[in-house]
Amino acid sequence: MSKKTHVQTEINGEGIEFLCEPRQSLLEVLRDELHLTGAKEGCNNGNCGACTVLMGDRIVNSCIVLGVEAEGEKIETIEGIATSEGLHPIQQKFLEHAALQCGICTPGFIVSSKALLEQNPTPSEEDVRFWLAGNLCRCTGYHKIVEAVMDAAKALNTEVADNA
Amino acid sequence: MPEDKEFKVIGTRPIRHDGIDKVTGRAAYGADIHFPDMLHGKVLRSPYAHARIKSIDISKASSHPAVKCIITSDDLPLVEDTITELGETVINLKYLSDNILASDKALYKGHPVAAVAATDPYAAEEAINMIEVDYEILEPVLDVRQAMEPDAPVLHESLKTESMGKGEDQSQNVASHSQRKHGDLEAGFAAADIIVERDFSTATIHQGYIETHNATAQYNEDGELTVWCSTQGAFGVRDQLSKILKMPVSKIKVVPMEIGGGFGGKVQVYIKPIAALLAMKTRKPVKMTMTRTEVFEGTGPAPGSYIRVKLGADKTGKITAAEAHLIFEAGAYPGSAVGAGSLCIFAPYKIDNLQIDGYDVVLNKPKSSAYRAPGAPNACFASECVIDEICQKLDMDPIKFRLINGAKEGDRRCDGPIYPKIGYLETVEAAQQHGHYAESIDKTPNGKLRGRGVASGFWMNGGGRSSVTINVNADGRINLIEGSTDIGGTRASIAMQAAEVLGLSSEDIMPAVVDTDSVGYTGVTGGSRTTFATGIAAINAAENIRAQMIGVVANHWELKPSDVKFKDGTFLAQKNGEELQMTFKEVAAVAGGPLVGSVTASPGGAGNGFATHIVDLEVDSETGKVDILRYTAIQDVGRAIHPSYAEGQVEGGVAQGVGWALSEGYLYNDEGHMTNASFLDYRMPTSYDLPSIETVLVEVPNPGHPYGVRGAGEVPLVPPLAAIANAVSRAIGVRMTELPMSPDRVLEAMGSI
Amino acid sequence: MQAFEYVAAKSISEAIDLLSERGDQARILSGGTDLIVQVREKRRSLELMVDVKQIPEVNEISHSSADGLVLGASTPCYKIYNDPDIKSAYPGLIDAVSIIGGIQVQGRASVGGNLCNASPAADSTPALIVLDATCVIAGPSGTREVAAKDFCTAPGQTTMENGEFLTSIKIPTPDTNSSSFYLRFIPRNEMDIAVVGAGASVVLDESHKSFVSAHVALGAVAPTPLYAEEASNLLSGQEISDEIINQAAEAAQAIARPISDMRGTANQRKHLVGVLTRRALNGAVNRVKETK
Repeated sequence: MSKKTHVQTEINGEGIEFLCEPRQSLLEVLRDELHLTGAKEGCNNGNCGACTVLMGDRIVNSCIVLGVEAEGEKIETIEGIATSEGLHPIQQKFLEHAALQCGICTPGFIVSSKALLEQNPTPSEEDVRFWLAGNLCRCTGYHKIVEAVMDAAKALNTEVADNA
Repeated sequence: MPEDKEFKVIGTRPIRHDGIDKVTGRAAYGADIHFPDMLHGKVLRSPYAHARIKSIDISKASSHPAVKCIITSDDLPLVEDTITELGETVINLKYLSDNILASDKALYKGHPVAAVAATDPYAAEEAINMIEVDYEILEPVLDVRQAMEPDAPVLHESLKTESMGKGEDQSQNVASHSQRKHGDLEAGFAAADIIVERDFSTATIHQGYIETHNATAQYNEDGELTVWCSTQGAFGVRDQLSKILKMPVSKIKVVPMEIGGGFGGKVQVYIKPIAALLAMKTRKPVKMTMTRTEVFEGTGPAPGSYIRVKLGADKTGKITAAEAHLIFEAGAYPGSAVGAGSLCIFAPYKIDNLQIDGYDVVLNKPKSSAYRAPGAPNACFASECVIDEICQKLDMDPIKFRLINGAKEGDRRCDGPIYPKIGYLETVEAAQQHGHYAESIDKTPNGKLRGRGVASGFWMNGGGRSSVTINVNADGRINLIEGSTDIGGTRASIAMQAAEVLGLSSEDIMPAVVDTDSVGYTGVTGGSRTTFATGIAAINAAENIRAQMIGVVANHWELKPSDVKFKDGTFLAQKNGEELQMTFKEVAAVAGGPLVGSVTASPGGAGNGFATHIVDLEVDSETGKVDILRYTAIQDVGRAIHPSYAEGQVEGGVAQGVGWALSEGYLYNDEGHMTNASFLDYRMPTSYDLPSIETVLVEVPNPGHPYGVRGAGEVPLVPPLAAIANAVSRAIGVRMTELPMSPDRVLEAMGSI
Repeated sequence: MQAFEYVAAKSISEAIDLLSERGDQARILSGGTDLIVQVREKRRSLELMVDVKQIPEVNEISHSSADGLVLGASTPCYKIYNDPDIKSAYPGLIDAVSIIGGIQVQGRASVGGNLCNASPAADSTPALIVLDATCVIAGPSGTREVAAKDFCTAPGQTTMENGEFLTSIKIPTPDTNSSSFYLRFIPRNEMDIAVVGAGASVVLDESHKSFVSAHVALGAVAPTPLYAEEASNLLSGQEISDEIINQAAEAAQAIARPISDMRGTANQRKHLVGVLTRRALNGAVNRVKETK
């Protein structure tokens, strides 16, 4: 074990400090040091999206980010998506549309989809399919995932309209 | 079984019970296990596809300060070179053990040779690289036809070909040759007006589950072993551990964590016995997870295959004779799915004269494993493509051809059994009537080539043992304890069947998948058996509870049990002209103590599954790339308990089929090293590669299940390969016979390169 | 994964000092989407990663009439394609950065990293070559500039010496009546490495009937991304026609010397060079016409 570095960051709205080796990925830090195991490892080289988290204003594969790079960043993981008010509409729509089977890719899809809808509140099916191409699902054939995301967009837009 | 029965719960789409845990990241999968004092295990794997292991020197690695234990095959108990029953299959124990840790020979690149437990995963990785293995490198054989040559490199000196039938087997690498025949083949072909005969090949394919294999083991001072892991069947893991480690099953507890996909690939054990052995030697919890590359190189893929099909038909389109030779890659040890493939190849059709030969051939690839309808996608790819070619030559609509030849109740399947009520023709009729089929396609819009393909598929579906316990709580909600790993929503589909019996809602049931100490023996979640067989166990347990509750009510009302009726969740009786009634919840409260119903069931009568798929696609004539434009999958599921999850099985199967047909496959160099062992280059379809998939669930109830359930999980992977190949062939005007139909192969077929 | 040290450099000079000290045992960490994977998979070993994402100059986008677009080498793809000025002026670059990995990878991966990784199949490099981009390299003896087409020297190798690193990429302001286009061929629709990539930029005359000039560059058909000089030159001053575009495509094919690997065969690649060159040129021409 080599020397550890002190890192100060924000995860799901909370200030967090941790120690990690430079070689530890953000995914390893989240899972093994902080025990936030919602982000999953599927490939460890940026090709499946199961470890997707938000870092600042964009999504990243946490398996190809170093833990030390989290210094001063704002990270949001699947554990931070639901609030004390309840599930996020995307989570609710994944349940209603049966958009998950084994569920291992689900956290990554939900984090990715949230980032999509924040940038593009009215995506076309094509937009959704393109955006989610970095998230592999082997169970569903994506059909119900795409439906759920499109429906979540609708629900979020209705929510926005109601609040206006 | 009442077909016109009004269901309250079955056929509805409630939210799955484990859903919230899975959309919030709380669900605990195998790799999420953590013990403060745990060690980390890592496997040293053979860098050669075929090599004799002359010696292993662990001295340097042992001196690594973080290393706690190193094991090789010498640390595994000696097991006999004998066939033994294992759960629901038979297996040669020596092969099983040697696949965990190679003893004398490494038979594929990635074959485990040694393993290390260390205090952190990085140290374990460093230490395995310090183990020195002296290999004598041998010539590998990577193609089944080459492996069958008399002078091919031999994998197992002791292997003897098991042969049924007249086949002369050329090489010691042929593990078995089987033959099925009936009728008069020669007469059948003589009666044909048209005969098509072709060779087909398919690549080695991986199940591609997103979660890699994992295992965490702990061994207690009293000799009790606990293994937390990702598996399709905890009892199957317990059986395998018991045989490999020579421990009584009762000393082993297997805890099935949530599982991130399996598709047949998480039945066989790989690192679980290694984690167990390391835990036994160190008396510390040992956690192991595979990398993606280890999964590709070291776990069982679906076999690659060569298949020759010869089919004869008369002018009216009636099949007169069929012949097939199937040669499947067993991988390093015998036991491919060639048997199942042989059984499925012509199963959708009534054929009077046929012969099917199957060869199981070992070669220097990982031991092949199950993948969704094992063997059937390969087999039906070949047969359904030949059928399509016959249709083209007869200028006959492929749906009409299937209506003429399709099997129905009372017809004989190639391996003997007479079909009970099946729904094959219903899927074909549904295809014919579907808007997709009615709408014609523009064959050459702006220079692109378009084609439509149709194909059918079959899978037996399985039954077997399942156990369920139901506990009724005083508030009237029930715990449903089961042993079936939930991979795709079976907590819901099983709970809903119990709810239907008890007149409760799906939400009144709290299903729990528990460890091997906490429920009776339950077979794997595989063989499309879970909603069927565990469903029957749940129905039986619920009926048991209902009977007990009738007893409670009868006592309460001071009546005979036979005086009490149960309807829509309410207990009813007449006493002295008065209408009495109590709800399920009221009875639960009155019962005063828990009501427990425990059942084990081993139902037969799984009811066969059939599907017919239609696909439209476009070929870029300049690049050879295929784009799927529209896909409709029609399947007889008997009865869809939770239609969304039944559809999900179909949609997922289609997506995997698209990958198998177009872009997936193990690529090897001459040394037998897989060159695409990552999700970058093993190209599984992404969301951007697929259109929406339309699913049509046909319901021809299975007489073997109280609600008519047939398995649904496997047959959807059977038709896509041929459906897509037929569409590509029709689009480009050249018959495609090799999978995957990668862009270079399409260009080659078109003569462009 | 091997152990290594990590330093987040605060200035170009600090980064140069660290790189000079450690020689080939130090690497710049930008998006890390190649580097971290290479170290993890033991395809590269090193002692130190120098993170340059806190150095302002390496992470900024600026436009000036003198230099055109100056792209900090570590600017991630998503910042590039979300920049409306780059979008309108350099559509070929947008094509490339929109298809590098998935959206997650684009949140980190940079054009500078794509160049420095020096993969023959890098998507953004042909796009930069046809835009006549210049690489700005800082080192112990000052700053020097190298044309994007000369930056890569072999697979994984660049013109940079120990102690040097890429700080920015300058792309001249495009002429009027010009546009650019990049496309690649992959077996899937996303998430693959180019089997062949082709970039084109064109300047047309006022009437959009003829080429004033054109550039073509290719990826994944040689040890480095290639500038197709003859294909580019033969278009100058010519009237736009299928015939002249075919000639350019043939000239591009003539310089391709592809290999066969797990991503494609040599024959297939050679064939695709022709197809993609035509499509890239037509794509660029159509973009000029559309913006009329």
